[in-house]
Amino acid sequence: MLNKDSFKNPELWLEKHNKNKLVGERPETLPSIPEELWRSCPACRKPSLADAVTDLLEVCPQCGHHFNLSARKRIDITADEGSFIELFTVVGERDVLKFPGYKDKLESAKAASGEEESVICGKCTIGGYETVLCVMEPAFMMGSMGRVTGERITMAFEMAVSSELPVVVFCASGGARMQEGMFSLMQMAKTSGAVKFHSLAGLFYLSVITNPTTGGVTASFAMEGDVIIAEPGALIGFAGPRVIEQTIRQKLPEGFQSAEFVLSKGFLDAVVQRKRLKTFITSMLKAHS
Amino acid sequence: MKISAYEQVKIARSNERPTSLQYINELFDGFIPLAGDRKYGEDKAIEGGIAFFDNIPCTVIGLEKGSDTSDRISRNFGSAHPEGYRKSLRLMKQAEKFRRPVICFVDTAGAFCGIAAEERGQGQAIAENLMEMMTLKTPVLSILIGEGGSGGALALAIADEVWMIENSVYSVISPEGCASILWKDPLKVELAAESLGLTAHDLIGFGIIDKIIPLDFTVLKNEIAGFLTGSSELDANDIVSRRYARYRKF
Repeated sequence: MLNKDSFKNPELWLEKHNKNKLVGERPETLPSIPEELWRSCPACRKPSLADAVTDLLEVCPQCGHHFNLSARKRIDITADEGSFIELFTVVGERDVLKFPGYKDKLESAKAASGEEESVICGKCTIGGYETVLCVMEPAFMMGSMGRVTGERITMAFEMAVSSELPVVVFCASGGARMQEGMFSLMQMAKTSGAVKFHSLAGLFYLSVITNPTTGGVTASFAMEGDVIIAEPGALIGFAGPRVIEQTIRQKLPEGFQSAEFVLSKGFLDAVVQRKRLKTFITSMLKAHS
Repeated sequence: MKISAYEQVKIARSNERPTSLQYINELFDGFIPLAGDRKYGEDKAIEGGIAFFDNIPCTVIGLEKGSDTSDRISRNFGSAHPEGYRKSLRLMKQAEKFRRPVICFVDTAGAFCGIAAEERGQGQAIAENLMEMMTLKTPVLSILIGEGGSGGALALAIADEVWMIENSVYSVISPEGCASILWKDPLKVELAAESLGLTAHDLIGFGIIDKIIPLDFTVLKNEIAGFLTGSSELDANDIVSRRYARYRKF
C-alpha cells in the first residue's frame, strides 16, 4: 500500500512491493478475499464463498458434495428452533480394559469435538412433532461406539417407549470402538434390543445414515429403522473399503458403498438431499403421529 | 505355564480343534441339515438344521470352518455371507414356531469382507439377527468353540447363556487388525491380544460369558442337558425379558 513511508525510501519500497512482479514470481499473499471467506470442497476441490456453503447447509454449491456436519450443527438444522433438550448426558467408566493410549485418545477426542461422547441424545420437536433425537458426532473418535454411546442410545429408545414417541437417529460412525474390547461389541446387542422393544411397542424409528457409517453401527441400529434413508454420497458399509481391498486384493469400483449404490441394492428407502431432509422427516413423523 | 493371549488366539484358530459339525454329531443324534435362506442362496459357512438331544428335537446352527482344504474352501473358511445369517434366522424363527430350543456353535474369523457380501447387505443381515434373536420366544444357547470374530460371531450369539470352550477367544477385532489400525505396526499383535481382553478367563470376569467348559464332549453334554432342563421350566416371555436384561447391563 502506498503511504508516507513509500516516499522516504522509494527503492526499498519498490523492491518490497514490486519484486514479485519484476521477477515474475507468485506473490506470497494475494490482495484477495481473506482465507476464512473461502471454502474448498474435498470432492471437486473447487473453492466457493463460505457464505454460499453455509446457506446450503454445508453443501458444495458447485458439485453438491455434502460436507460432514458436527452433531450440534445437525441438531440446529433439524430440530425446531430452541426445542432441543439434551438428555442422558451420562458418562460412566469407559477404560475398563486399561487399553494402551485410550485415556489420551478420549481427551483429544473431547478437545477436537467439544463433546463428551460420540452421540448426543435428547428430545425436541421437528416440524412441530415431538420426537426423540440422537445424533452421532463424527469428530469424536470417528463416531465409534463405546459403552457410553450405546448406553445413551439405549436410554433414548427406552424413554421413547415410556413416552410413546418416535425416534430419529442420525448415524455417523466407524463402528465398534476397539479400545473397549468386547464391551463395545455388546453395545450392538444392547442397542438392537432397545430398538426391537421400541418397534414391538408400535412406535416409529427413522434412521438417517450420514457419511461415513460402517462396522458395528451399520450392523446394528443404523439398519434397523422402519424407514432408512441416507444423505447423497454417504459411505455406507459393513466392512470399510480399505479392509475389503486388502482382503480381496483388488480395487473397488467407483461409487461402491455410496448411498446411491446401497439404495440400488435395496437397503435404503431413499437418498435425500440435506436441504430436503427436514421436510422429509416432518412428513414421516406426520404419517406416524 | 501361563499361555499368552496371542497363543490362545493361535490355539483357537488351530485346524486341530473340532469344528461345529463335529460338536453337532458328537452331542446330538440324527442331525438333519436344512439349507438355504429362501431369499438368495445357500451358504455353506453356516450349517444348520434339526437334531435330537436325548430325543428332544433342537434347532442346531453352527459356523463351520470345514474339515479339509477343499471343504474349507467350499465353506469360505467359516466366514459367512449375508445369506448365511439369513438362513440362520430362518431356522431360528422355525424353532420358535415349533417351540424347539436353539443351540448355536460359533467359530469364525468374522463375517466375510467382500464385494458380494456388501452388495447383499452384510450389515443389514447381522443387524436383523441381533434384533430378532433378542426377542425369540424359545430358549437360545450359544457356545463359542474356537474363534469368535466380532459382529459375524455376535450374529449367532444373542442368547440366554453364552459359553466358551477352553482356549477359544471372542473379540471385537482380530489382534492383527487392531495392531495395524491403531499402531500401524503388525508386530504389536501380542500387545493387541493382551489389551483386547479376548480370552475366556477375561470375559467370564466381565460377565460377557457365563461358563467356561473344558474341551470334553461328556462334560459339555451334561451342561447342555442342564440348560435344557432349566429353560423348559421358563415361560417364553420370561426368557425374552431375561435375555434382554443379560445384554442391557453392559
